[in-house]
Amino acid sequence: MNRSEIYSRVRNIFADLFLVDDITLDDSTAADQVEGWDSLTHINLIIAVESAFGFKFDLGELEKFKAVGDLVDAIERHLQ
Amino acid sequence: MPPDSILSWLPDLTDWQDYAKSAIAIMDDAERWRELVRLAGTRVDLVRTSRLDLMLRKAFPISPGETLAPTVKVAMLGTSTLAHLHAGIRVGLLRRGFFASTYEPDYGQVFQEISNPVSGFYKFAPDVAILSEDVRHATREVHGLTNQDDVQMLVAESIKRMEVVWNSIRDRAGCMVVQQTVMPVMPTLLGSNEHRLASSPSGFVRRLNDAIRGAADRAGVDVLAVDELAQRDGVNTWHDPSLWCSAKQEISPRVAPVYGDAVARIVAARKGRSSKCLVLDLDNTLWGGIIGDDGLDGIILGQGSARGEGFLQLQEYALAQARRGIILAVVSKNDESNALLPFESHPDMLLRKKDISCFIANWDDKATNIRRVAQKLNIGLDSIVFVDDNPFERELVRRELPMVSVPEVSNNPAEIPSLLAAAGYFEGVVVTAEDLTRTESYQANMERAAQHQTATDLGSYLYSLEMELCWGEFDTLNLARITQLINKTNQFNLTTRRYSEEEVRQVITSSVDIGLYFRLLDKFGDSGIIGILIGRGRGETLSIDTWLMSCRVLGREVESAMLKVLCEAASSAGYVRIEGLYIPTAKNSMVNNLYDRLGFVVIAEQPGGERSYRLDVGAFQPSGLPLNIRKAVHEPV
Repeated sequence: MNRSEIYSRVRNIFADLFLVDDITLDDSTAADQVEGWDSLTHINLIIAVESAFGFKFDLGELEKFKAVGDLVDAIERHLQ
Repeated sequence: MPPDSILSWLPDLTDWQDYAKSAIAIMDDAERWRELVRLAGTRVDLVRTSRLDLMLRKAFPISPGETLAPTVKVAMLGTSTLAHLHAGIRVGLLRRGFFASTYEPDYGQVFQEISNPVSGFYKFAPDVAILSEDVRHATREVHGLTNQDDVQMLVAESIKRMEVVWNSIRDRAGCMVVQQTVMPVMPTLLGSNEHRLASSPSGFVRRLNDAIRGAADRAGVDVLAVDELAQRDGVNTWHDPSLWCSAKQEISPRVAPVYGDAVARIVAARKGRSSKCLVLDLDNTLWGGIIGDDGLDGIILGQGSARGEGFLQLQEYALAQARRGIILAVVSKNDESNALLPFESHPDMLLRKKDISCFIANWDDKATNIRRVAQKLNIGLDSIVFVDDNPFERELVRRELPMVSVPEVSNNPAEIPSLLAAAGYFEGVVVTAEDLTRTESYQANMERAAQHQTATDLGSYLYSLEMELCWGEFDTLNLARITQLINKTNQFNLTTRRYSEEEVRQVITSSVDIGLYFRLLDKFGDSGIIGILIGRGRGETLSIDTWLMSCRVLGREVESAMLKVLCEAASSAGYVRIEGLYIPTAKNSMVNNLYDRLGFVVIAEQPGGERSYRLDVGAFQPSGLPLNIRKAVHEPV
């Protein structure tokens, strides 16, 4: 799966999770740019990503996600 | 994107996201609400639940109004993080047509809020309060315990603390209380024989959960059995230790839709909105093959083949549900005579014709036939669950009758019982004696109602019931039932005098008293003893000391027939007049005018409303009673 395919899936998750169908995501998109992306929904996001891509993040990994780019990097790493 | 395997009984909607997008654009409130309910009835995982919840709150920030949907206010009171479970609860209730608002005190503030009568919790004025204690909190004092007596004492203390909370919530908020069981997620120390270790947290949880059930029953509190749900789905599915560490979430957001559905079904059950009727297809649902083609010998059913046993499992489950009060019906595309054949003649069939309250086999479409079932049984379409192996029929019914629950069953019959159980359509919160005999009475009521349809007026309807009033003088054989009726009948009871079995026995031996019991039979069955008359003789007068009748047989002119029997018995015993007495109580106003209606004359009236009446034994000559009267004949013992 290449990076743009990952992005497309992640965008779908964002659309449902935050009710933002027209969102544009890039590596620098961070929590303060998406309404509703707070510490609670962040966990939902992580779990949604885990079940969409079929793996589990490591405990320490989660704290490093500051922006969408970090998340997509981590997904790429796990899929390799 | 395929959703998680959770809520697997709900149909998966392809292009879910597209439907959700277009739902936002709907302008009409009622239509938009219906579409949201429909989407909530499809298979939704955490992500879709979250979207639906956001859509719901955006579309109806306050509420869609009571005409569209009843509102339910749910307060969550727990020791762990629960904020991630609200959306699941709101969507679970949306699935059942309720609009829910939820409330949760700030973290760690639960007990302050409960004990402060002007806290946010009481201002919220909840309809439902869900109480939960996380497992670490619940087991915090277990570690030092050395013997089982101490364990038992700690269980009792924990329960006492819960009861205090239940009582203060009920006193102040007057709402429904739901106590969540403790999540069984503590790792074992010994293993299989963990119960031998007093200081075992996991052993303690099991005992505490047992005790919660008992205490909740006594207090009228409902239980939310997350322990069983977690064990069913796998404790690791429900609980993620790393989420506990990072966010104090004891229940994983992954199962939030399942948790929310479990809450919603208890609330719905308390509001009388659980499903009442299981409608079953026949070919390839209750047996393998096509009865019309394969014949009685050709269908697959019963021991000897795995598939045949699978069908038996479904039949057994349906039968067990029927015994606890769920109505069974059949809707099948078949000639009726073929459809009935296995019920009548297949040796392995567990379900028999008498278990099916409404049996429809014809070539009309299934939606039409399900409407007929609802009509005949006089129940709402929304209380029907329809099980059919054929995806075409399922879809048709979902489209035509969106209020009918149509689980997405596999074509392996052995899997259907656990799927139906997991779906919780028939969630119950109380078990009554009436539930346990419902099939019988539904069947009889339905046939009585069917008679009502064909009869043109009440009189001919009553005639068509072929009623027979069978009477006898008090005897030792019926003593217990007679005494029971005397002591529990409140409404149709002229004097409400209560007598012990010994006092009733004295009527049997008395030379002047007359005690009569009445049994009613009709073409649908035997209602048993439904009426009692006791007359006390003095000179030429027989005074009615006790007259009572079961309300089940009201409106059938049974009371006139009873009086007729009494007059004849009095006459042949030499009495010339009958006196009646009405003593008013809080409950017997329905018989306030009974004696007047039957032609008695008032002879005295007390200030409290008590009235005495008189009637000559020959004066009561009712004509055209719609029932046959006969004297009971006892088989010689």
